[in-house]
Amino acid sequence: MFLSVLLEECCAMPEQVTINGVETETEERKGEASRSAVSAKQHKKDERPAAESKRFHPLLELTLARVREFLREPEVIFWVFVFPILLVFALGIAFRNQGPQKVHIAVERSESNPSASSAIFDSLSRSHDLSIVQLSSAESAQALRSGKVALVVRANDGGGATTSGATSPSFNYRFDPTRPESRQARMLVDDALQRGAGRKDVTSASDETVTEPGARYIDFLIPGLLGMNLMGSGLWGVGFAVVSARTRKLLKRFAATPMRRAHYLLSFVLSRLFFLFLEVAVVIAFAYFTFGFRVHGSWLGMVFLLLLGALTFSGVGLLVASRPKTIEGVSGLMNLVMMPMWLLSGTFFSSSRFPDFLQPFIKSLPLTALNDSLRAVMNDGTSLATSWIAIGILLAWCVVTFVVALKIFRWQ
Amino acid sequence: MNAILNSMTLKPCKDGTIEARYALVTMNGNGTKAEQRNGTQPVALRCSGLVKRYADVTAVDGIDLEVRTGECFGLLGPNGAGKTTTVEIFEGLTKPDSGVVEVLGKRWGAGHDRALRNRFGVQLQETQLSEKLTVKETVQLFRSFYSRGLDVESIINLVELNEKADARVGKLSGGQKQRLAIACAMAGDPDLIFLDEPTTGLDPQARLKLWDIVEQFRAGGGSIVLTTHYMEEAARLCDRVAVMDHGHVIALGTPAELIASLGADQIVEFSVKGRVEEESLEGLAGVRGVRATKDGYALTVSEIATALPALLAEIEGERAELVTLTTHQATLEDVFVSLTGRMLRDA
Repeated sequence: MFLSVLLEECCAMPEQVTINGVETETEERKGEASRSAVSAKQHKKDERPAAESKRFHPLLELTLARVREFLREPEVIFWVFVFPILLVFALGIAFRNQGPQKVHIAVERSESNPSASSAIFDSLSRSHDLSIVQLSSAESAQALRSGKVALVVRANDGGGATTSGATSPSFNYRFDPTRPESRQARMLVDDALQRGAGRKDVTSASDETVTEPGARYIDFLIPGLLGMNLMGSGLWGVGFAVVSARTRKLLKRFAATPMRRAHYLLSFVLSRLFFLFLEVAVVIAFAYFTFGFRVHGSWLGMVFLLLLGALTFSGVGLLVASRPKTIEGVSGLMNLVMMPMWLLSGTFFSSSRFPDFLQPFIKSLPLTALNDSLRAVMNDGTSLATSWIAIGILLAWCVVTFVVALKIFRWQ
Repeated sequence: MNAILNSMTLKPCKDGTIEARYALVTMNGNGTKAEQRNGTQPVALRCSGLVKRYADVTAVDGIDLEVRTGECFGLLGPNGAGKTTTVEIFEGLTKPDSGVVEVLGKRWGAGHDRALRNRFGVQLQETQLSEKLTVKETVQLFRSFYSRGLDVESIINLVELNEKADARVGKLSGGQKQRLAIACAMAGDPDLIFLDEPTTGLDPQARLKLWDIVEQFRAGGGSIVLTTHYMEEAARLCDRVAVMDHGHVIALGTPAELIASLGADQIVEFSVKGRVEEESLEGLAGVRGVRATKDGYALTVSEIATALPALLAEIEGERAELVTLTTHQATLEDVFVSLTGRMLRDA
């Protein structure tokens, strides 16, 4: 509620100052002649004792109406504020860093020769990198297929019944070489079994481990989630409000007033900025306290990018909502617009995984530009200047979508 | 007009502000409020040769009208007669296929549309205002669009919603919502307001209240264009009425003139068991017209005192048995029926 108090205070500003700030030069001149005619008559009217009210600026009134409508819609509050936190929490838990990850493998229990398989189990158990289960032949095949284990080890029948005997033991590794963790398992298991069978290293090596700040998955994830939230709330928030006003003939009613049409569209953009701060603050604060997330670059740069992102996506939202006559229509259109960006723009994994010929397209998407520049500032701590291409892309989207939306907007 | 205003100031008025305004106007001798609003402009709205076609229907088919400053002008007709399309052309929301519209002396699209919109208010038939906002917030929003007008409280006073000022729009009754819509139309202290079926779906009490508000606006010198399919509404509120059907204006005049054009002041409707010849009814003394109804006849009658006994004698002479008989003063409904052969409400 403090927002509306804030706005109310803004309203008390002298009217002329704000009007001149918003109206464009050409419009001002065009209206000049007719306005002076009106004001001449208004002088006469002003003699009436009825008090002329102090008038608030329409853009502020429209924005205030947006904010009020939004705050009085409880389910929206959930989607904007609670849902992102749940998402961060769930993903943060699922992908938390739990020290070096163990590789899951299975040892196939041999019916004919149980001691062989338990010997394998024993020697593999000494490795700290492996998590081992003993399964029957059918079970292990199933576990491999469903990805529960990366590899299945089996003692070959011809191979050693005795580890100390003349015949050396022989093993069979079953795995899918296209799975990276399977190849890793193959190396770890083979290494452990060979050592267990008595292999000696010929050279010595020592390990030195480091952990880079900002390199965890959660650090990668937070800027992406912020970007995705800005896109989602921008499109849904603006799209639904506009189309529902259109179906209720409220847009038509506004079109019959002297309200400036750009003011109406701008009020959506401005009201989005108010919620942006809450939306973002909630996610960052949550990640800060729960996962120890830190911003490595400038906070000012981050705020600038978030503002620009919010403006851009409310522009996209206005464009998407500029024509549809029904909520169903605009929902479909919004999913069509957002789907490629969910997949391609690197929210959950880096967009560089996609083939090279797609990269120019992916890079030009507003969400990619926002995610990449946010990561540059928040994770890598670089200055805004290094992200100038992404910032340019966002600016272009912002201006073009708003202007086109204003042009093709359906008021009836 | 002066006479009307002077009499207004003598009447006790519910709203203090309005009262004060009339008083000042008459005391200053500045002429009528209407004149003051519009200078010497005698015509609030003029249109000629208006045509609007949609894919499957010609909604407006060559309409010429003139609304005088300070008058309440009614467009009366059944649903689908083209009233709403006509009004939306006036309001600049719909572009006509051909024809000329001049609102408050200005044409649409001549570069001063915004200045023009600043001077009139509208109430649309289907608009649902935002349910989450309060009455006060809604009026405040609309007030902010106009460069002139009363303060928000006074506007809410005009439509007598003071007690509901802080209530959410979603909690208002139908009549209150409609009054709020009118408050929004009046937010810019307009010279002209367009009301599109303002009382459709309201109960009689809510309708009366709304009529009061419209009459107050008119008494203050404002011009009104009103569409309705209620004849009693047109008869009560309108100085002049244009009866519309299928995109045409089929009759135009004051309600009294239109009723007088029937040449009769009473309508007698009756039904009988047996047969009565239509020709013999036409020959009865004082009967101006005969029309078959669902189960009998309707007679337009100039002198009920001679026509009624003659009718009863005729029925008896035909050995028919009277089942029902009603008479009423001729209304605009009867005008419409005599022009189209249909009732306003089932048309």
